[in-house]
Parts: sequence; structure tokens; C-alpha cells
Amino acid sequence: MSTLPVKEREPGRLEPTAIGGVLVREIINFSSYWRSTTFSSTVEPTIYLLAFGFGFGSLVAIVGGYDYIDFVATGTVATAVLFSSIFPAMFGTFIKYKFQHTYDAILAAPVDTEELVTGEALWLAMRASVYGCAPLLVGLIFGLEPSWGMLAVPAINFAAGFGWACTGVAIAGWLKGIENFNYVTSAVITPLFLVAGTFFPLTGLPGWVQALAQLNPLFHCVQLVRHAAFGWEGWADVWNFAFLIIFGLLMWRVAIAAMERKLID
Amino acid sequence: MPSAVHALELSHVVKRYGEITAVNGLDLVVPEGSCVGLLGPNGAGKSTTMRMLTAQTIADQGQITVLGHELPADSKAARARMGVVPQLDNLDTTLTVEQNLVVFSHLYRVPKAKRKAAVERVLTIARLGQRRDSKVDELSGGMRRRLLIGRALIHQPQLVLLDEPTVGLDPQVRQELWALIDLLRSEGVSILMSTHYIEEAERLCDSVTIVSHGSAVAVGAPTDLVAEHAGREAVEIYGSPERLAEVEAEMAKEGFPTRRTGTSVAVLGLDDASGRAPAGERRSTNLEDVFVLLTGEEIA
Repeated sequence: MSTLPVKEREPGRLEPTAIGGVLVREIINFSSYWRSTTFSSTVEPTIYLLAFGFGFGSLVAIVGGYDYIDFVATGTVATAVLFSSIFPAMFGTFIKYKFQHTYDAILAAPVDTEELVTGEALWLAMRASVYGCAPLLVGLIFGLEPSWGMLAVPAINFAAGFGWACTGVAIAGWLKGIENFNYVTSAVITPLFLVAGTFFPLTGLPGWVQALAQLNPLFHCVQLVRHAAFGWEGWADVWNFAFLIIFGLLMWRVAIAAMERKLID
Repeated sequence: MPSAVHALELSHVVKRYGEITAVNGLDLVVPEGSCVGLLGPNGAGKSTTMRMLTAQTIADQGQITVLGHELPADSKAARARMGVVPQLDNLDTTLTVEQNLVVFSHLYRVPKAKRKAAVERVLTIARLGQRRDSKVDELSGGMRRRLLIGRALIHQPQLVLLDEPTVGLDPQVRQELWALIDLLRSEGVSILMSTHYIEEAERLCDSVTIVSHGSAVAVGAPTDLVAEHAGREAVEIYGSPERLAEVEAEMAKEGFPTRRTGTSVAVLGLDDASGRAPAGERRSTNLEDVFVLLTGEEIA
């Protein structure tokens, strides 16, 4: 009687091989749709940048001590990161779960929910890191001064993108129907997007709004990108970055919990 | 301790969803190297059972061992050595045949040096070598199904789970897939196949477990089950619905099991009937008779 060979080493949690497998799936899939995604992820923030930069820029020349177009160019980086991570995470997760049944296939392989969520969020963070640089490049064309600090922007984008991707996965995990996404978009994402100091400085807003903005990861991302371009501000930026890391780690666990609840019964 | 002779073993497994008990004390064994059919009507708990074997559904009670690994704790180790063919096609439709296989060679941890060979092997088994660069969207239903089965074999698993592998396919496509499954069998791969096509179970399975309302009602080789529960021959009696109801009542009095087949009543268990057997059209009994007898349900 032959005995079934049992592998000596039991697989653990968060294995790089498993996360790598999920990443490979995303990357190979990306090769089939990168054109449209890249188009919308770069053109959309560029339109915002040009519309606000030139539209408002004709009314206000200087905002917060910067040329308005420079102010908006740096601010839109954070918007580009947000849009290119939270929306694909929300819709992608939901579609893969509900319509394509992709997760059934992945979880039947030696991949756990934790690794699945981590792999997908890492991938979206990488994408957002690159796409987020588009407004900065457009800004440079329109006269934004290059600076060494800008080299840190992809890393800032990655940290913020990871948090937003996990947020999107968590939303998709928690909501029952895709039509409910509208509530989240209107009630959560739009306010976050507007009260982050992207298009106008928060100093003109009531004190309580400014206080709330401190809890908005997008605000910290905007601050960091702006300081990366125009000059670091010491501990304030350490705090901004720390905030993004905490946000990312927190949402990572929330996303995993939401997906475990959805995928495992 | 890893079990040496059973590729898969469930004992007294229970799964409840609120008020509904989907799986109710199920016992199921797949001996190493054999093909076992999980046969049951819709809603008998087949799909829930299949999900439990990959730990996507966690049992409330009972024990599940897959390839020597206790579930759900060691499910990942079990999944690494098991292939799963889902009922619902979940191929990546915008990718090519080959890309789908490459993705799964990564998910199933095929070592880098062996990936290319693993993909080629599956392309040959699934007879999709000519279509390697076709997008899944462009494949016929049968080809997609072959790819779905082939995908589950990328890492040369010791155990394959097939959940309704031929549901919704044309008869000739179904036979094509049977040949493919038979090939696996001949290679000594252990197989658990859920199905509600009786013929499929009869042709492919060494043994079947008939489930009804979440528990096993009969276990054995198809021919043994037929002999045991239905006897060698059945007598089909045709007539008006009133006549058929009469026949049923008479046979119940005589102690012979019957089943309705729409236009007729089949009288079973006639081996010891000698002179008491009713007149009618004689035919061989089959697994379907057993299935209907034991589950009390007609086949969809």
C-alpha cells in the first residue's frame, strides 16, 4: 500500500508565493486591458488639472503662496491615486466575486483570503503609484519647477494607493449590491475628494471642517506631495506619512475581514 | 496522522445555514486511486460538500480529511495537491488559453523550471494545442470545459474534484469529457465527482454515494447498488394515470417497490417474485431506478 507523501513544511500565512500568484494573475490580465485603464487614469486627472488650473487660474494667480497651476498639479496627484485605486478595487472586487467567480478559483488553489486581498491591493497600489505621477508630469510641462523631492512621489502614491485599494475592497466586501456603490461614492468619496486641499486650501473653510480634514488620508497625501515638490516640512511630513501607513494597515485588516466574511461561509 | 488509503474522508459532517441543514451527518470516502460519484438531486448538499473540501465553506460538525490533511486547519496544504473543476466556468475570458494556464501554474506553485512543460502537458491532455492563442471568449462550450478541467491538472494533483463536470453540455461534448476523465482515472488520480447525470456516474465511477437531504442514503459500486435495491429486471407498465395509480397500489400491497417515469410505472425488486411478477414490458434495471427509489425524486 503506497502512502500519500505529505509535505514536511506546512504552508504558513501571507506566503510570498501565494501573493505572487495573485499578482501574476493581475499583471497578465492587465496586459489585456491596460490601454483603456491607462487612458482614463491619466487623462481624467489631467483634465481636472487643466480645467481648474486654467479656469480658476485666470481668477486667482497665487494660492497658499504657490502659483495656482502648481498648487493644483500637486493636489491632483492625490486625486489620481485615489481614483485609480479605490474605484478599480470596488468594481473589480465586486465583478470578480459576483459575475466572474474568480475568487472561487483562486481560493481553491493554495491561496488564502488574506493573501488574495493583499496581492490585489499591492497590485492596485503599484498601478496607482505610476498613474499618480501623470498630473505631476503634466504640471512640469506647464511650468512646475522640478525638484529632487518629487522622486519621493511614487512612494507616497504607493502608500496612499494601498490604503485606498484596501478601502475599495472592504466596501465591495461589505456591500450587497453594486447599486449601493452610489451611496459610498456620493456620501464618502466625493466629500473626501473635495475637502483635501486639492483645488483650494482648507484655510478658508470653517474650523470644524479643517479639523475633520485631518482625518482624511487624501489631505495627508496632498500635503506630502506638495511638500515633496516645494520643500519638506520636517515632523509634519513624518506625521503625514505615518498617517498614510496607519491608514493602509488598518484598511488592509478591514478589507481582509470583509472579504473573509463574504467568501468563506 | 495522515490516512494512507483514503484520498478523502468525511465523517458525520454537518453544515447549517440558519434553519436549513444543507449537509446532515454526511459520511463519504474516496479511496486512493478511485473515482467516486456524489450523486443526488438538486439541493441534496452536493455543492456545499464540494465547497467544504476546499475550506470555502466551514463545517459546523464532523471531520474532513483531504490527502491526509485535517480541514479546515490544514486546508492550504491539501489544496496544493488537489485540483478543482468548478461547476461555474470561472476562466479569465479576456485571456488566451495559454495565459489562463500560466496564471494557474503560478497559483498552484509549479516551479519556474517546470511551468512551460506543465502548460504544454495540459494543452495536450485538453487537446487545445491548436487553440493556445485563442481568447477564452472565442472557444466553444466544450473547449472551455476542457480548459477548465485541464487548468485543474496543471500541478499534477493527486486528487481532483469535479463539480457537475458536464452540466449543460451537448451529448457528444459530454462523451468527449468522459474520455478525458477516464484518462485521469487510468493514471491513478483519485476523483470525486458530483453529478446528477446517472449515466455519467454509471460509466465513470468505481463507487457512488447517493445523497439525499444532506446525508448518504446508499454507498457502493453502481452494479451492486442496482442489484441490491432494484433487482435484475424491471417491469414497465403503461396506461392511463388512473391505471398507473392502481398498479402502484397493487404493487405496494405485494411489497414491490415502484417508480413513476411519467408515462409508466416501473416495478422493481422482482428477483424473488417468481409467479407474482406483473405482466408488462421487461427491461434491465439501472442506477436511475435506485436513485429515484432512494431519493424519492425524479431526475431533472
